[in-house]
Amino acid sequence: MTRLSMLARRGATLARRGATLARRGATLARRGAMPALAVVTALMFGAIVIVITDFENLSKLGSDPLGALGGALGGVGKGYGAMLSGAFGDPGRILTALQSGSQKDIATAIRPLTETLVASSPLIFAGLGVAISFRAGMFNIGGDGQLIIGALGATTTAIALAGNAPAAVILVAAIVAGTVSGGLWGFVPGFLKARTGAHEVITTIMLNYVAAQVVLFGLRSDFLRAPGSGQPISKVLTTFVDVPSILDLPAIRLDYGFVVALIMAVIVSWLLFRTTKGFELRAAGFSLTAARYAGMSAGGSMMLAMFLSGSLAGMGGSFMVIGTVGQLSNDLSGGIGFNAIALALLAGLRPSGVVLAALLFGALTTGGKLMGIQSGIPFDLLFFVQALVIMFVAAPGLVRMIWRIKAPSVEPEVVA
Amino acid sequence: MRLELRDISKRFPGVLANDRISISVDRGEVLGMLGENGAGKTTLVNILSGLYRPDAGEVLIDGKAHVFHDPAEAIKAGVGMVHQHFMLVPVFDVVEAVALGAETVSGILGRFDRAAARARIVELSERYGLNVDPDAKIESLPVGVRQRVEILKALYRHSDILVLDEPSAVLTPLETDELYGIIRSLKETGTTVIFITHKLNEVLEVADKIVVLRRGRVAGTAIPAETSRQELANMMVGRDVELVVPKGPANPGDVVLSIRGLQVRDDRLEMAVDGVDLEVRAGEIVAIAGVQGNGQTELVEAIVGLRAIDAGEMLIGGERIGHVSPRHIADLGVAHIPEDRGRDGLINQMTVADNYILDTYHREPYSRRGVFDLQAVAARANQGVLDFDIRTPSIETTAASLSGGNQQKVVVAREFSRPVRLVVAAQPTRGLDVGSIEYIHRRLVEQRDAGAAILIVCTELDEVLAVGDRIAVMYEGRIVGVLAGAEATHEAIGLLMGGATFGGAAA
Repeated sequence: MTRLSMLARRGATLARRGATLARRGATLARRGAMPALAVVTALMFGAIVIVITDFENLSKLGSDPLGALGGALGGVGKGYGAMLSGAFGDPGRILTALQSGSQKDIATAIRPLTETLVASSPLIFAGLGVAISFRAGMFNIGGDGQLIIGALGATTTAIALAGNAPAAVILVAAIVAGTVSGGLWGFVPGFLKARTGAHEVITTIMLNYVAAQVVLFGLRSDFLRAPGSGQPISKVLTTFVDVPSILDLPAIRLDYGFVVALIMAVIVSWLLFRTTKGFELRAAGFSLTAARYAGMSAGGSMMLAMFLSGSLAGMGGSFMVIGTVGQLSNDLSGGIGFNAIALALLAGLRPSGVVLAALLFGALTTGGKLMGIQSGIPFDLLFFVQALVIMFVAAPGLVRMIWRIKAPSVEPEVVA
Repeated sequence: MRLELRDISKRFPGVLANDRISISVDRGEVLGMLGENGAGKTTLVNILSGLYRPDAGEVLIDGKAHVFHDPAEAIKAGVGMVHQHFMLVPVFDVVEAVALGAETVSGILGRFDRAAARARIVELSERYGLNVDPDAKIESLPVGVRQRVEILKALYRHSDILVLDEPSAVLTPLETDELYGIIRSLKETGTTVIFITHKLNEVLEVADKIVVLRRGRVAGTAIPAETSRQELANMMVGRDVELVVPKGPANPGDVVLSIRGLQVRDDRLEMAVDGVDLEVRAGEIVAIAGVQGNGQTELVEAIVGLRAIDAGEMLIGGERIGHVSPRHIADLGVAHIPEDRGRDGLINQMTVADNYILDTYHREPYSRRGVFDLQAVAARANQGVLDFDIRTPSIETTAASLSGGNQQKVVVAREFSRPVRLVVAAQPTRGLDVGSIEYIHRRLVEQRDAGAAILIVCTELDEVLAVGDRIAVMYEGRIVGVLAGAEATHEAIGLLMGGATFGGAAA
């Protein structure tokens, strides 16, 4: 009797869990559907551009229409094929390399994949930063500045400690210093907004320029600059401090910075959704007045969000200079701070989504390079595709129109 | 013109908003349309004004069937709308705002003939007693006058059927009376008026005929002379409703809130609260009556710590309140039901559970050392949903998708989820339907009987009289009179609200 009822209860619990899981799965699918469709649509438009800019092929349209069509499709296939193998490597080649056991062959075969992860890593850091600030209602456009100030902090610390401390100490100190300097650079606009109401979009953009000049100034000093170089480039740091590699293979740059990026995604997710600080940030982001009425400090949330946002970007910059890139230059960022905004929006400001979107952007960047070399389609097509992805994410109505999808029906009002 | 709606049905995903509704109004007749939020009033109005097309049924004007594809066609057919939210360009003057889209033009270039428009507006304004200055800027006009500009707009477009959607929601009692006068003069000149509201008194006051909607259907019709508030309320809700707030005599105890000579400035740094003395004791409900904008908002904000005190003193439970945070006030056991729940009381994009802990999230059992215990949150939020009868699919539903009454229940459930000594409720029933109002009142009385001091700010006289054990009337930043609830009358309070001084004021 009791056993039966216990079984029944257990069955009911299981059924309930199953239902919850199914609901979660459906929610995930719903969340992912629009961004995925946006990416597909953008690639489709990219294909159209590949076709209509292939003048050699177009000129055949009159004499050999079928051949022109075939050529057009072939061009797109070749271009995107090159992009895919450039981003993820050639599976067959990876397999044979693994069988041969030659370290050099394996490294060559998997390099596209690891380079994608290397490119994604700073995007994850900066994207998480953007997600935090946007969640708190702060439009942090200053990721670029925060990233290179973080890199500057890490570089300065590493060079100052070089030869005076063990490599492990230098490593940790450089990352901490870089993270904090990026955080402080982000804190400034947060503080200005909370205390004076200065709009963060203006202040963060302006601080990007200031940051660029600060880094240029720093790189003029003999302390930082690579000896004998006329360019604004720092000494190579990886000769005395280097983030450990995940794979012990020649010429593979992938290091534990990527793993730290993934761990940060988990931490940020936990912070936003499991802690009271995260609750305050989200509340302030939705409604400053309601947050104030509930007894929260709105200004405190702004400053904290901006500090954390800058810290993450700064951490990303630090891992670049003492890891994958190896030295500081004034063009270190190359727009990562701006791409981070785009991918954070693509991710719906969710940390897990940021990781996926950063991987996508990383793949586009590394894959695009090979596409440029192999198929003659300019690398710049990638910027075009990236821009379209963002546009389609920002305008879901447009994607629905293209694919003729009905808008989700509004939740019917619960009758009082 | 005679308007007839025949078997109108309209379905939205998941809801049958209008289910075979048939209504008719004669020329020069005022139809009062009564119904709770979600009863289908707005859908019906949108069909009438051409925003929606019905799935079935027809709209007949003077016996002729019409199908409106857009609002312009409805206007052309003589149906004029006055929406709840005004659609006026703030920087325009009255003539420009009224004529916009229906300008009289002259010459080949189509120059706006302002003089002609102005003359017509002045004429209309006089004929219907609208009393609108044609040259005033919209942004400088009080809400009541803006509404009259909207009415002018409809009349200017030769509307013979005027639809007023919840017109009194934004008006003071005096402005509401003026509106009734305008409706009567419209009626005399043969205009057909449809007056939509959820307030019982209004339909009884102004309508010739009443139709009650409930859950998308006509629940009944009535003639004002032959019905009662009680009967209408029951029809609206579909069960017997307590219209009188059921409460025993107050049993006042110690002073919980004590205010002496309080001065508070508003956002423009004007003195909004100018020397208020007030005491609220445990176990009593003090209602502050007054026309909106006489310092009530600033007074409440000062009490709950959202606004700095300029001068004077305030004690809550014996503790002197200086420059303190809202959280400190809440920790003293003060529950606050904000005036604008959508903006200040709730975060619409967050879930019911999140909103339930919006000001207690940092305490146990919801969180420990800054980390949430999500199971505890869910358990308590579910309990709150049960205790306060909050109609929501789950605690994970966003606040935005709840009805107004249920949103307010979330606020009240939250505020009463911690120990309460003083309740500060600003317009706690504004915009709610009869059922929800009844519920909120009952909960307030429960708190009173459990020994809390209740301060409630109200602009509606009926509510003030129904709930207040003592009634303090606020006018231009001061308390101009305090009356015992049992002795107070409509007239006495109405006079005080208008600024008349009262013999033996300030108790």
